[in-house]
Amino acid sequence: MSIEVRNLKKRFGDYVALGDVNLRVETGELVALLGPSGAGKTTLLRVIGGLDHADSGEVFFHGQETTDRALREREVGFVFQHYALFRHMTVFENVAFGLRVRPKTTRPTEASIKDRVMRLLDLVHLGGLSTRFPSQLSGGQRQRVALARALAVEPKVLLLDEPFGSLDAKVRQELRRWLRRLHDELHTTSVFVTHDQEEAMEVADRVVIMNKGEIEQIGTPEEVYFGPKSAFVYNFLGNVNLFQGRVEGGRAYLGSVSLPLPDASPAKGDSATIYVRPHLLDLADQPNGLDHFRAKVEHIHPTGSTVKVELTAEWGEPFQVEISHERYRALALRRGMETFVTLRNESLFVETTPGDGMMFGEGI
Amino acid sequence: MSGARSRETTEPAWVRRLLIGGALAYLALFLFVPIGAVFAEALKKGIPAYLAAFRDPYTLKAFLLTILVTVLAVPLNVLFGIAAAWAITKFRFRGKNLLITLIDLPFSVSPVISGLIFVLLFGNQGLLGPWLQEREIRIIFALPGIVLATIFVTFPFVARELIALMQTQGSEEEEAALSLGANGWQTFWRVTLPNIRWGLLYGAILATSRAIGEFGAVSVVSGHIRGKTNTVPLHIEILYNEYNFVGAFAIASLLVLTALLTLGVKTVVQRRARAEQDRLGSAAPEQTP
Amino acid sequence: MTTRRRNARVLPGFGLSLGFTLTYLGLIVLFPLSLLFWKSATLGWGEFWAVATTPRALAAYRITLGASFIAASINMGFGLLLAWVLTRYRWKGRQFVDALVDLPFALPTAVSGIALTAVYSKHGVIGSKLEALGIQAAFSPIGIVLALTFIGLPFVVRTVQPVLEDLEPEVEEAAASLGASRWQVFHRVLLPMILPATLTGFALAFARALGEYGSVVFISGNMPMKTEIASLLIMTKLEQYDYPGATAIAVMMLGASFVLLLIINLLQWHAQRHRVSR
Repeated sequence: MSIEVRNLKKRFGDYVALGDVNLRVETGELVALLGPSGAGKTTLLRVIGGLDHADSGEVFFHGQETTDRALREREVGFVFQHYALFRHMTVFENVAFGLRVRPKTTRPTEASIKDRVMRLLDLVHLGGLSTRFPSQLSGGQRQRVALARALAVEPKVLLLDEPFGSLDAKVRQELRRWLRRLHDELHTTSVFVTHDQEEAMEVADRVVIMNKGEIEQIGTPEEVYFGPKSAFVYNFLGNVNLFQGRVEGGRAYLGSVSLPLPDASPAKGDSATIYVRPHLLDLADQPNGLDHFRAKVEHIHPTGSTVKVELTAEWGEPFQVEISHERYRALALRRGMETFVTLRNESLFVETTPGDGMMFGEGI
Repeated sequence: MSGARSRETTEPAWVRRLLIGGALAYLALFLFVPIGAVFAEALKKGIPAYLAAFRDPYTLKAFLLTILVTVLAVPLNVLFGIAAAWAITKFRFRGKNLLITLIDLPFSVSPVISGLIFVLLFGNQGLLGPWLQEREIRIIFALPGIVLATIFVTFPFVARELIALMQTQGSEEEEAALSLGANGWQTFWRVTLPNIRWGLLYGAILATSRAIGEFGAVSVVSGHIRGKTNTVPLHIEILYNEYNFVGAFAIASLLVLTALLTLGVKTVVQRRARAEQDRLGSAAPEQTP
Repeated sequence: MTTRRRNARVLPGFGLSLGFTLTYLGLIVLFPLSLLFWKSATLGWGEFWAVATTPRALAAYRITLGASFIAASINMGFGLLLAWVLTRYRWKGRQFVDALVDLPFALPTAVSGIALTAVYSKHGVIGSKLEALGIQAAFSPIGIVLALTFIGLPFVVRTVQPVLEDLEPEVEEAAASLGASRWQVFHRVLLPMILPATLTGFALAFARALGEYGSVVFISGNMPMKTEIASLLIMTKLEQYDYPGATAIAVMMLGASFVLLLIINLLQWHAQRHRVSR
């Protein structure tokens, strides 16, 4: 079932939770609502699910308006951030709840309830824990019970609010891969909220990036990562260096050096911010014919899968570069060494402050 | 915690002993000795005389009346407490804080005044007095008046307990139940009620204990008709004023035992109610401004 | 366009629960209470004042306020002591005593009244000793203070106890490390921290004492102008079918309770703000 929201607006006093939000989620898609806290993503999810009402705007499920339909009639499965498991019921009774509260005429028999619950518990790998109480489970297990409980009523739409928010890093990793596989099996239209860009990129078919109650960009993970439409998106999706300079005639002037800009960049701007990711910069021990600037090595952090190098540019601004361990060894970097910085053949992002908005470009 | 206190943050042993001794002396003067005196007076003339006090038919009637009043008043306040807590903790509306203050109001009204207001309403000179007299309906100096006064003095107990409890519990479990297709009653019976049962019981125990023991308010509206409108505390007063001390203290001793039992049960229930409140695995949801 | 219920509530039962709450509150509490003011209004201001301030009424206010104040003060001192020894020291019987502190709340006031009279009358265990010293406890203002102390006993203990339990030992250790003596730590560091709770407890005990009836009537002797408290005067007027007189005194007493309630709320609000900013 597809979901569409049109012109949703909601305020809490002075605080704008939803500015004017339009969004379409196709049948069978898995979509992530991504943004910093306070971006309005949870509010949007709750309005879609019928847990909150917008001040204005409409919600459509499969082309039918559901804005005013009561929560219990929406057939959405909602997975709460803190699970909201029924504390006084066993795992089995939690999952069976949605079936047991049906009116007599549509309620499955006790045998088929049992059958369905056990099948779901096997699906979430909790078959052996059906008689436990929520307080006896780990965070990851509770999360899977919450999911099984939501799936038991065969919802047309699955909504998950920060599904892995309160779990530790390792469990998170496992669970999100598992969620992706589960979705590939069930194909239930799903929307989940997260503030973790890695999580959104890894799990979702499409990512909706939100900020201050507005949608900044919608696209596949590749589209938003490699084609950010705003400085906010570029910034939010990973580590980034900011250089202050000016733009003229297709070149950016940073201190005493100038660099060529992508074609689509703003033509002129007296004050510009150039965004570039640390791993899109490269270091060399001598000039190699490409446009470059000079920088001095300040610190080296060789831990992790890459080596992070902190440098000072020749015009005085500090910045960071990420290179591979092989490259690091080949260059024999030391603190205080002078290096030559070149830009890799991928996107950087320019924002000029007075006037003509934001543009981005590819290549150098 | 205090067991592990360093020498720097506690007092020398003699100071500690002095302070504990002082506190116990205060309790002895005001609590232990008077409670002991109840039993001493009740058993002054021996056990047969003690037991005889309970065989008095008026005593029996007083106990029946007190039980009847309690059984009528407390459930009504339980129902009210649940409704008030549901409205106050599950919804946002204007004037909520005023409503909470008004619910607590009966606690700051003196018992005698609590009785007086019902006399002003239903008494012969009261607002509805003439109307009731015409129809020969008796409220004051009869059972309905006693029940009303008792409801008034026990009014806030359940509501205030449940409001505090349900405020910390939040509404997520109810929302989950509704999203799974449960209707309002199912959500209440299967999700809310099991979560608040100990808090509810705790409030009901406090209300019951007050309902059994209420004296001032009931005294105003009862009329002290022996065998008809005399509750147990009023009966004690009558026996005492007739110098039937053994009888008065014998019944009083039973109420002391009831109070002690209530305290015991209350301590257990309170512990459970606290656990009910602590068992929340959740902080406030993100983005609530 | 369908008609919109824009402020539709997600959880059901708002109308039912709020409707029932307001109806019940109105019928049982607000409407009957408002009759006090209706009845007073029928008197007219001049007559109301005359009835409410007869010498006998003034004497009753004086004895009620005075005895309540003394009782609440005794409870403030000893309540603080009791809260201290219950939270700070581990001793045999502590938990038992802790549970018994609530007994005055659980005990019917009539029972408290006759029990105290039995102990403090001149034939009683303690009363006989006091009599030998020339002090008459029961059937005198002292008796009223005794009864009001009894019924207000738990308040200060129960408001101060949780605050003392929450105090971190580090605060005292810090003070001690800075060279403060134990007594200085207590009155410069601890006392200011527990003062709002202590005052709240005092005000609660005071408010409760103002309206008390059951425990006092047995021990006070009920002599007009001497040992007659306001609640008892209301009762006497009612027995004489003097409803206007009873109402006027009731309104005065209710006014005093509301002022106290306001003070209690301010104190609690102050304490809350203090705790948050910590």
